[in-house]
Amino acid sequence: MTTRTKPISGELLKLKDEIHQYAIDYGLDFYPVVFEVCDYDTINILAAQGGFPSRYPHWRFGMEYDQLSKNYAYGLQKIYEMVINTDPCYAYLLKANEFIDQKLVMAHVYGHADFFKNNLWFKSTNRAMMDVMANHGTKVRRYMEKYGQDRVETFIDSVLSLENLLDINVLFETPDVQRSRESKAQEFAKQFFHDDDDDGRSSHLKSFMRSKLFTPESNKPKMPLDEDVIERKRPSHVSPRDIMMYLIENAPLQDWQADILGILREEAYYFLPQRMTKIMNEGWASYWHSTILTKKALKSSEIIEFADKHSGVMAMSRQNINPYKIGIEMMRDIEYRWDTGRFGKEYNECTDMHERENWNRPTHQGREKIFEVRKTHNDVTFIDEFFTREFCQRMQLFTYKYNPRTSRFEIDSRDFQAIKAKLLMSLTNFGQPVIEVESGNFANRGELHLIHKHQGVDLDMGYASSTLRNIQKIWGRPVNLSTIQEEKEVTFVHDGKEFRPLKS
Amino acid sequence: MDHPIKRDHARFRNIVKGRVRDNLRDYISNGEMPLPKGDGKYKIPMPSIDTPRFKFGDQSQGGTGQGQGEQGDPVDGQEGEGEGEAGQGEAGEGEGNKELDVELSLDELASILGEELALPNIEPKGKKTMQSTTDRYTSVGTVGPDSLKHFKRSYKEALKRQVATGTYDAKNPTIIPIKADMRYRSSAQKVEFDNSAVVIYMMDVSGSMGDEQKEVVRTESFWINLWLKSQYKDIEIRYIIHDATAKEVDEETFFRTRESGGTLISSAFKLCKDIISEDYNPSEWNIYPFHFSDGDNWSTDDTKLCLDILDNDILPASNMFCYGQVESRYGSGQFYKDLIGHYKEDHEKVTLSKIKNKDAILDSIKEFLGKGK
Repeated sequence: MTTRTKPISGELLKLKDEIHQYAIDYGLDFYPVVFEVCDYDTINILAAQGGFPSRYPHWRFGMEYDQLSKNYAYGLQKIYEMVINTDPCYAYLLKANEFIDQKLVMAHVYGHADFFKNNLWFKSTNRAMMDVMANHGTKVRRYMEKYGQDRVETFIDSVLSLENLLDINVLFETPDVQRSRESKAQEFAKQFFHDDDDDGRSSHLKSFMRSKLFTPESNKPKMPLDEDVIERKRPSHVSPRDIMMYLIENAPLQDWQADILGILREEAYYFLPQRMTKIMNEGWASYWHSTILTKKALKSSEIIEFADKHSGVMAMSRQNINPYKIGIEMMRDIEYRWDTGRFGKEYNECTDMHERENWNRPTHQGREKIFEVRKTHNDVTFIDEFFTREFCQRMQLFTYKYNPRTSRFEIDSRDFQAIKAKLLMSLTNFGQPVIEVESGNFANRGELHLIHKHQGVDLDMGYASSTLRNIQKIWGRPVNLSTIQEEKEVTFVHDGKEFRPLKS
Repeated sequence: MDHPIKRDHARFRNIVKGRVRDNLRDYISNGEMPLPKGDGKYKIPMPSIDTPRFKFGDQSQGGTGQGQGEQGDPVDGQEGEGEGEAGQGEAGEGEGNKELDVELSLDELASILGEELALPNIEPKGKKTMQSTTDRYTSVGTVGPDSLKHFKRSYKEALKRQVATGTYDAKNPTIIPIKADMRYRSSAQKVEFDNSAVVIYMMDVSGSMGDEQKEVVRTESFWINLWLKSQYKDIEIRYIIHDATAKEVDEETFFRTRESGGTLISSAFKLCKDIISEDYNPSEWNIYPFHFSDGDNWSTDDTKLCLDILDNDILPASNMFCYGQVESRYGSGQFYKDLIGHYKEDHEKVTLSKIKNKDAILDSIKEFLGKGK
């Protein structure tokens, strides 16, 4: 396992030093980047596990791996590179890549590394995630040994249904709150894994465990039985959107279950900033690979090949927005606008099309501006603020929708406002429905009540039904969901046996 | 040691197999047949086993794309990520719709079928007389094509030669092989003896057998073949269609042909008898004649003739004779009654089954194969 990746050497090492220097010269700021090379199978494994060499055991990583391997084998998809948001920042290069690919990838990686370190949404991510993930794996394996693989895995299956019910504000949770949770987690972890020598890693055991009483006569923690249900009150500091935390604190869980919920919650929040900044992050990295390569690193003999690879990455499709393409073009657009003074009150209020088009006040703040943008924005605010009418037209964007009459997807509109609205909609709350906990004692029956904050698009009720079933398994009592379906307010309930509309 | 993800992968494969087993009845009655992929694997489309999450209904949602075109123009192509997205930075975050294509080998699929139906393994009769030769690359020779070159052995030979002739320089350990150093993998032929089997499918294609009935036969024969293939290494399959006359056809024609006109089942049985006596010596072959019809026969005389052929020729030669009667609106079902009258319920070599509709296919397969012959 340890021999699966190798540190780079020889000409790649030389290349790394070269690209590294260019990145520094351009003012990029990053944690040390460790490049390693590996074969396609290893990169598939890593990709399947979200970039980490060690995760908790679960079949879904196997499924991911199955699909990546097949896609690779059929030549449908190939992962060139992977970079992980840690300190030091690990980046994996595919051994079989051509030299020019590696060049491009390295420059791209430095872009990501800079973004990870500087973007504010990443401020609270744990940079020691490599160890944390490995620890999570160990813990889950221990639980599996103790309580049975099927039981633990089934529980994880249910919890995964909650993985997208996150509150982005938690990313800015104050250290105080985190620390108090952490100490509780450590307390439990110490007692559960009492035979472990404490090698300092437990400072990363942020699995948000609730502390629990242990019987003094035995060293081993007393494991509550299934019936052992503990009363809990809803603590005021839990956000109604942080549903995993709400369940940790309020659902009748056993300690190992609460711990696993905490583990999965921590991992979900770790990946959240990346989901919120896909366009910016890729745009920023692409901007830098393009800049570094075309301005510095490319030999003239490599230009054509680079152009070929680059355009492959930037290809747009009619069904999807390519975050690489939109990202890099917006970065360039912002740079250009701030270089030529196309911003501010005077420019915005100018209605003379001719004048607007030829606007040029050499302000030369472009580079500075994009550095600032990469620091403070996420995809939603990025699009909201910098996605302009001119840009939209230049990119030939359109919205499309399903036409039931012809039963196909058709171009709907090229209207700027409509496109922007659709884009923003798909990015709001990282593209997931907003679900809030309304009450843990619905109708005074101890039932959970969730509310879908409807924002114009209905939920897929098939999925909602199975999701509720999974939440019901965790909550124990029936779970209710209020939403809007076809413009009518409706409430559904899942009581563990069936899913049905609630009669009011 | 293998990476732990291999365990996750094995776990995933087990879950998938479990799903296939759970849904086997649906697969079979929907006529959704696994697609052979050519390398001995079968592809089974499966609704994704993604974790359920709250998500938006897609149909109304649509999205944004880029390109030329007017309002109302179709957004062509397929959903999903194009080649251009090959450079994904952070993996594990994709949330597209994933239709899983599960690949199972013939053996896996057959064992699922076997487990689900509790099918006994077949005890083949006859000696293992079927000779098959397999080439195994177990030795190394000095001649051969480049594609079979054994690099390590060639290198060793070259090294030995250079050391022996004193041209090896430890400071500059370059080994240059010459032609005599080259070693190639070479094959040894191995003769194996196996049981051999032949399946002879006969089907009534007269006017009363509609498309639905044929679909039933097609599905059923696929699964029967699958099971027999898992039991015998070499298996031959012959197809006979008949109305008032019978002829041997290939698989394609077997399922496509539709004739009108009368039905003389004896014509098919005669042809079947001829095929057996010509090509398949009963002492060496395991013979499985299957006959499917809607139960109509032209006359009682012909039915008598049929029973004669069965008793005197086909049954003594065969492991088992199977008759599947597919219910049809026009069929009288008389032939089943005649057969059961003659052979009774539990004849050693005759298996009769009535297939009401697609849902009954699985049970009928069990009736046919449940005897382990």
